[in-house]
Amino acid sequence: MNAAQITVNGHQIPWQEGMTVRAVLHAMNYSFRMLVIKVDGKLVKKEDWDSTPVPRGAEVSVYHLISGG
Amino acid sequence: MKPDKLFAEMFAGQDQKLLQAWRQAIVGIAGAGGLGSNVAVALTRAGIGKLIIADHDSVSKPNLTRQQFFFRQVGLPKVAALQDTLRKISPYTELSVYPQKITEQNLSGIFGKADLLIEALDDAEQKEMLIETWQSLYPERYIIAASGIGGVGKNELLHTEQMGTLFIVGDGVSEIQPGESPVSARVAVVANMQANLCLELLAGLRK
Repeated sequence: MNAAQITVNGHQIPWQEGMTVRAVLHAMNYSFRMLVIKVDGKLVKKEDWDSTPVPRGAEVSVYHLISGG
Repeated sequence: MKPDKLFAEMFAGQDQKLLQAWRQAIVGIAGAGGLGSNVAVALTRAGIGKLIIADHDSVSKPNLTRQQFFFRQVGLPKVAALQDTLRKISPYTELSVYPQKITEQNLSGIFGKADLLIEALDDAEQKEMLIETWQSLYPERYIIAASGIGGVGKNELLHTEQMGTLFIVGDGVSEIQPGESPVSARVAVVANMQANLCLELLAGLRK
């Protein structure tokens, strides 16, 4: 794997030094408000999206939560 | 109720190894609406040892279009009405019900003993709170959530996503909004996908 990339929901995107979870969402154009995000298998809470760095080569999963129950 | 002769008769046709795993399990159900009430019925029929169910709402007439309640139960707290129905199905699943809204603060007090949690809430914000709180408190315990259950048909879109110990069942796109109402059959399919996965995980048939 190219070390300067990360994988988001199976898609490879360029990785940058200091890239946060929020920056990944921007890069992917994900605009939904209610999301569940895991970085390398660990859930990152919404309050930590701005402060949590995504390491080089990370595997990121983003899932959209929709109302209805 | 402890297993007795009637218990042996009721479950005679079931795989006893699976049944043994389910008898030992405690499952939490967060929400007793379209998803939660259907999950609870399926798990009670399967012989789960104990269910912990929380919901702060009461049964309304529109609920009857898709939730496991009866006309004469309108106005009752959902957890009380559901408890009554489940007891009629089988006395062998122990029930613990909480007529309370689930919050970050009370989640461990209500569901702390559960081996696995079913997310069956309505609002996306509540779903997110529940998943985040459960996963930070108990990262090694399974949680099965639902997202995208609105409308009718579209069987092909329903699926399960896994992210470690977190599973999300549904189509991931169909929101319940004006023009896309929740409908009995599709809500029950998703609920039973949650219950089906729960039984599979508890039996150790998948990880």
